[in-house]
Amino acid sequence: MDYTSLAQAVLSMGGIGLVFALLLALANKKLKVEEDPKIEKVEDLLPGANCGACGLPGCSACAVALVNGKVDLSICPVADASDLEEIGQLLGLETVDTKRQVAVVLCQGGNTNVKKKAEYDGIKTCLGATFASGGERACNYGCIGYGDCVAVCPFDAIHMNKEGLPVVDRNKCTGCNNCVLACPRNVIELHPVSSHVFVLCNNKDSGKNARQVCKTACIACKICVKADESGGFEVKDNLAFVDHTKYDKEYEIPTEKCPTKAIVIVGDKGEK
Amino acid sequence: MKLSTFKKGVHPREYKQFAENKNIEKMGLPKEVFVPLIQHIGTPCTPIVKKRDVVKAGQLIGEGKGFISSKIHAPISGVVKTIDNFAHPNGSSGQMIHIVGNGEADWNADPAENVDWEKLSKEELIKKVNDAGIVGMGGAAFPSHVKLQPPKDKKIDVFIINGCECEPYLTADHRMMVEQAEEIILGVRIIMKALDVTKALIGIENNKPDAIEIMTKVSQSYNGITILPLKVKYPQGAEKMLIKAAVNREVPTGALPMDVGAVVNNVGTAIGVAEAVVKNKPLIERVVTVTGDGVKEPKNVLARIGTPFRELIEFCGGLKEDAAKILMGGPMMGVTQYTMDVPVIKATSGILCLSRKSAPVLEEYACLQCGTCVNACPMNLLPTRISRAVDYSKFEMAEQLGAMNCIECGCCVFACPSNIPIVQKIRIGKLKINELKKS
Repeated sequence: MDYTSLAQAVLSMGGIGLVFALLLALANKKLKVEEDPKIEKVEDLLPGANCGACGLPGCSACAVALVNGKVDLSICPVADASDLEEIGQLLGLETVDTKRQVAVVLCQGGNTNVKKKAEYDGIKTCLGATFASGGERACNYGCIGYGDCVAVCPFDAIHMNKEGLPVVDRNKCTGCNNCVLACPRNVIELHPVSSHVFVLCNNKDSGKNARQVCKTACIACKICVKADESGGFEVKDNLAFVDHTKYDKEYEIPTEKCPTKAIVIVGDKGEK
Repeated sequence: MKLSTFKKGVHPREYKQFAENKNIEKMGLPKEVFVPLIQHIGTPCTPIVKKRDVVKAGQLIGEGKGFISSKIHAPISGVVKTIDNFAHPNGSSGQMIHIVGNGEADWNADPAENVDWEKLSKEELIKKVNDAGIVGMGGAAFPSHVKLQPPKDKKIDVFIINGCECEPYLTADHRMMVEQAEEIILGVRIIMKALDVTKALIGIENNKPDAIEIMTKVSQSYNGITILPLKVKYPQGAEKMLIKAAVNREVPTGALPMDVGAVVNNVGTAIGVAEAVVKNKPLIERVVTVTGDGVKEPKNVLARIGTPFRELIEFCGGLKEDAAKILMGGPMMGVTQYTMDVPVIKATSGILCLSRKSAPVLEEYACLQCGTCVNACPMNLLPTRISRAVDYSKFEMAEQLGAMNCIECGCCVFACPSNIPIVQKIRIGKLKINELKKS
């Protein structure tokens, strides 16, 4: 066996390897990009769900924007208050007192409450159904029931119940806005976690038409407006809604007389 | 002779036997009509009548702002009961003027008033078309007066009349060509004058030999009008496919027919134009094919705009017991209805009632990557790729793949062996792409 050729191969390959290793080591020194070490720390403190609620491509981009001072701490509605405080201390930013917001589904038109208008055998997504007269339910404003909101939730905080209505887990919900954007009927809204009284209806038809399609539709009878002295209830476009800045009873509905039981208390008292 | 056509496309069964030999029947006046404020492409109309106003048939009741819009007229004499939201046959709901008939004088053209159209100038002709609220009656309802006024830099040299009626089941255009050939040719001559062209082609699919014969006979005495028999293939009646078949020009991506020097109109539109110009008659009625195996006596009906589907179907003997699905339009591009209370609009070419047997619910399987849809797509798109991009919410990718060029003809779904609702997904994609562009 010719050992010299073997030695040649080992030496030449080893030599080449050594040269490149040196080059790489030099390049690492010369071309090093200084990254602010704060970015990594901030990213660690952010939720890491990449939900997109900040409007940036993910938590990493959000961290860069925060460190560069382009945005303030209110940008992330998802992170815990304590984490935000820590980021604030790290970057010398003022902590913004953000009230935690959660999604509220403004519809009670589940399978038993709302009339069924037809059999639907098209694409089983809410968006797909909007092309074909809006699916099976007769209400043109309420929940369609195919769960586009469930599909987009990055926090597993929204689920369909037996009635075919989405239910928000108020503890898990971070207010990232994804479900709000996904709903083609705009049935879901974000509200501070301290708000509990809602008119769960989105039907803007006249009372007669609304009542015809759904048992629990708001018929804009204004009984709630008259019953509540604080002025927290208003009726606009045939639909009552609660102005939580004015309504003075946090966990109490103004009247039991709502004929369609559209006014409902959502969530537990004293949630934070 | 080899018949001209376009590349790709599909061959659905025709099902024209239901109503192709039935004369157009005039339906009695409906008791009430619902006239949608949006029946055309463009800005919606604003009503110029109020609740409780008394209107006369043919009276202007709504007009839209802007160039691309169309006027609407009262289809019957009566009282405006309300202006409110009602179910619209395009699958949503919309503002409509609800008129309850009071049995007073119906629209009646004074025969002495026949206008000598040859004395009218181009501008006067177009104004008359606009005043009568004429829109494309093939299904898209594009305002006709807009088509008749191409921008100055676009030279139009050929006018094409669409008598293909490539949708299965529908026979309204066919019957119009057989029964109203004179009026169609009159309309064609008026449009030729308005457009200032000397050449007109009337494309008719070869499965309507009687229409081809009659149209040829009537058109012989006029210069420049040629009847062009075309191969039977879907979507032969789509504007871009028809231009390719008739004059062998391809409309580029994102361009309009006028960019290649052509204007296309439906035969129904030609009749509308003729009546508007010669008899000053606004577009208040149209021929609707009520057909399918779910209706007792399929017919071609001349019905007022705004007539609820229910009344038309009752006029045709009512629904059979096994009727399961009602569509406005043909089976390929028609819109499924959930109620029979929707009104006939200017674009309603047919009401198709199908039994469950003809409209089965198909189970969807995974894409086989077989490329059948690619072979079927007359716009040379990759439907499978676009629908997959939409599945994964990659709307930018869908746009790059040309989703916006989709004409929504449905060939891909027809061809797909896995029953994937491809065109429905592409429509979702188009909606999302438009939303992204706006924001």
